[in-house]
Amino acid sequence: MSEHKITLTVNGREMSGHAEARLTLVDFLRDVLGQTGTHIGCEHGVCGACSVVMDGKPVRSCLMFAVMADGHDIMTVEGLEGPEGELSPLQDAFWENHAMQCGYCTPGMLIATHTLLQENPNPNEAEIREAIGGNLCRCTGYQQIVEAVQMTAKKLRAAT
Amino acid sequence: MPDTNASPEYRYITKKRRVTEDRRFITGRGNFAADYNMPGMLHVAMVTSPYTCAEIKGINAEAALALPGVRYVLTGAELFENINPLLSGLDLPKVKRIPLAHERARYAGEWVAAVVAETRHIAEDAVELVEVDYNPIEFVIDPEEAMLPDAPLVHPQHGSNILCDKTWVWGDVDDDFESAPHSLAFRARWSRCSTVPIETFVVTAKWDEGKEVLDVWASIQMPKYPEQIARALSLPVNAINVHFDVDVGGSYGLKRGIRQTVIVSYLTRKLRAPVRFNEDRLENMSGGEMHGPDRIFDMEVAFDDDGIMHSLKIKATDDAGCYPGRAPLQLGKPVSAIVGPYRIKSASYTAISVTTNKTSQEAVRGFGQAPTNFAIEVMVDKVARKLGIDRDEVRRRNLIRADEFPYRIPSGSEYDSGDYHTVLDKLQESAGWQELLAKRDAIRAEGKLAGLGISTCLEPSGGNSSFEPFFNPKNDTTTWMESCLIKVDMLGSITALMGTSTSGQGHETLLSAVIGEVLERDPDTIRGVHAESLGALPSNSPVGSRMAIMLGGAAAGAAEKIKKQLLEIAAHNFQLPVDRLIYDGGDISVDGDPDKVMSWNLLIDIAHRQYHKMPLGSEPGLQAQHTWEVPTGGALPAEDGTVQMYPCYAFEAHIPLISIDPETGQVEILDYHMGHDCGTVLNPDIVRGMTFGGIAHGIGAALYEKFEYDEGGQHLSGSFMDYLLPSSHEIPHVEMIKHYTPSPLTTFGQKGSGESGYLGAPAAIASAVNDALAPLGKSIETLPMRVRDIEALLNGQIE
Repeated sequence: MSEHKITLTVNGREMSGHAEARLTLVDFLRDVLGQTGTHIGCEHGVCGACSVVMDGKPVRSCLMFAVMADGHDIMTVEGLEGPEGELSPLQDAFWENHAMQCGYCTPGMLIATHTLLQENPNPNEAEIREAIGGNLCRCTGYQQIVEAVQMTAKKLRAAT
Repeated sequence: MPDTNASPEYRYITKKRRVTEDRRFITGRGNFAADYNMPGMLHVAMVTSPYTCAEIKGINAEAALALPGVRYVLTGAELFENINPLLSGLDLPKVKRIPLAHERARYAGEWVAAVVAETRHIAEDAVELVEVDYNPIEFVIDPEEAMLPDAPLVHPQHGSNILCDKTWVWGDVDDDFESAPHSLAFRARWSRCSTVPIETFVVTAKWDEGKEVLDVWASIQMPKYPEQIARALSLPVNAINVHFDVDVGGSYGLKRGIRQTVIVSYLTRKLRAPVRFNEDRLENMSGGEMHGPDRIFDMEVAFDDDGIMHSLKIKATDDAGCYPGRAPLQLGKPVSAIVGPYRIKSASYTAISVTTNKTSQEAVRGFGQAPTNFAIEVMVDKVARKLGIDRDEVRRRNLIRADEFPYRIPSGSEYDSGDYHTVLDKLQESAGWQELLAKRDAIRAEGKLAGLGISTCLEPSGGNSSFEPFFNPKNDTTTWMESCLIKVDMLGSITALMGTSTSGQGHETLLSAVIGEVLERDPDTIRGVHAESLGALPSNSPVGSRMAIMLGGAAAGAAEKIKKQLLEIAAHNFQLPVDRLIYDGGDISVDGDPDKVMSWNLLIDIAHRQYHKMPLGSEPGLQAQHTWEVPTGGALPAEDGTVQMYPCYAFEAHIPLISIDPETGQVEILDYHMGHDCGTVLNPDIVRGMTFGGIAHGIGAALYEKFEYDEGGQHLSGSFMDYLLPSSHEIPHVEMIKHYTPSPLTTFGQKGSGESGYLGAPAAIASAVNDALAPLGKSIETLPMRVRDIEALLNGQIE
């Protein structure tokens, strides 16, 4: 199986590695680049645990091959923190509201809701539920996740 | 969340406090089993049987082994020769459970051979090249057909497909039925489903040749895991080191991958390299430890004109699937609350476990209680409907009253405490029961279907092993302990060890809050640690909704020992008796003489460095372990067939309002209200989260989730496209109201909440759907009540 050199930007840093054509983006991020914050749940695009942001849009990294991301800009959960490791308002609200239990779906939830707030800083509950509708969580029943996003939106509004 | 009658006297527990574990999850720094990579690690993929039942005539791995990167192909025959069969919960000596099929594959999807390669991709390629010579033979899928005399036998050596068939009668059931003016009987069906974590089971094993220790990193939640590995591999337990600090990506009882662990443990010793098996979703759903109870209830109840229920007969027939591990014991836990929260004076229970050619059943949240609660609640609704009494009123008339606790039920368990009427009253008031009825009727007036549901259920918590000797007299286990070791280091910081893994329950947070409470130290400075098994403590793991009670109690007990040691050091230095001293925030002063004070730092320094200031003969350093037995545990079942099972009983009441689209059968949950009493709440956010999550699991079980098999025994629900998990669209906002009736048996009055929500939601949704169908004269007693099932019922395609 032929190998391809892939160079892409991950959380603002240029990274590169080699991958077979059939290697998925999530396997490349985790196993080649060591970015294990992104998780694998179903490998068929339903659960959303592997969500990352590519060129500003959320994508399922289990449904993409790594070669398709060559030259693109990727943000993973590891990219949410500030440069000094400070939590983003969204991360802090997830913590404050205990918007998780086992933490396995959390990276995908953060990616989905981070993207939502970029596009719509003032979402109502239905819009939040719509935004996480493709991310499955088995621990929380989604309620504290919704509350965390509402708290973040409120804080962001207060800050502007 | 309205917080009424909360206990005000605590510093840290019962208060809002951030969950320690969350920080690593929001920053992508969790340590899940798949995150552990090591040089030279090999990967496993499974060859699975395409047949529902087949003899394995031979396995030809030549082509697979010829593929570059393939290192080994392991078969069931090799494992059978080299390991001991895995434990069964029942006394079934002739049913051998080997991690890979040996001689016979007994369900479609069963793992027949394990291919080991340098990458998972190569292993999957090689799976296609393994040639298995199968001889398909007869099989049986339906549990009732499996009990017929001429049914094909899943385990011919056992001589029957019935694994267990036991009946208990508690009280004068026949007399009570004869004397009651009414009775009714019905059948209810809880279909095969489970709590399906988003992480599959993952395990890596590495044989450390220098130390001669087997290191294991696994997404495990199971009692006696190191011991089970040791038994299977004929190794001493002190040669097994399970890294319990691995974060487990959801479990809810299910993550019990002993087969997977034995396979990679055997392979790492054989191949002298670390070996990982990371189930993909299909391996997980079809062949792994993923299926829950699959149960037929035949119910009878005797009651009078007022709706008072006098006696109850339950026959539960449970399809254990192919290999009975602990699963048949899930028929046992419901004995702890066999009459629910009701004053039913006699009961009989027949528990039948049947083996079929399906994936093996595994433990699921509630350990069999959620299905039983569902069947009991369907029964109560039927009593109400038959007499024309409101469903809430029938419950109110039958619920155990607050002044009756402790209350001993016919099967022998004593319920510790409760105030069921108050919780129901508070819930109905906060939910606006009358307004919800009006809202329902308004929807009906528009020509749609609408229903208001109600359930009142118990969550037995604290966990003990009583169902083991109860179902298997050869098993005399009565110990079900938990431990905590607290170390205060030389500079005064506190570290607490537990001997188990965690899968989202926040055990580190639990330890720091409880220890902080007892020692009056800031919990944010206290570290909870999941010890490796070689350094771990006696534990029975986080099962049975027990850790708030048991780990919380162990931590409090150890902290009290630390406090006692500090007081003894101070007493020695003040030359005063301990009862003259006051402990305040870690400092110790003399009662009536506040200037005489020894600080926390000084006391710790003495303990670690100044032996000349220590009481004569005392141990230097400062640490204490507390291991305790589950309250009310420690006894075998009585000869009269009664048994004290779980110590603590939490109560939950649910009220959902739903509508049903009369064209499609689609259920929409419009409102959801829940009343919850689990005693003293140690961390409100954790209890809320577990309860909301439990409700979501319950809604899934009630409306969507089923592991479906076709008539040929092929599993049809191997992916998330076929096994439907509810999303944020299907799960509603839940309004929860709390009440706090402390348990007299636990350190702070806490009860369990790890199964809350799940134990009442399926019953409540079923109640709501049947309320919606009642005007049509129809009802449905089978879960899940899927769109197509309801549509078929509405269109008259099924009765």
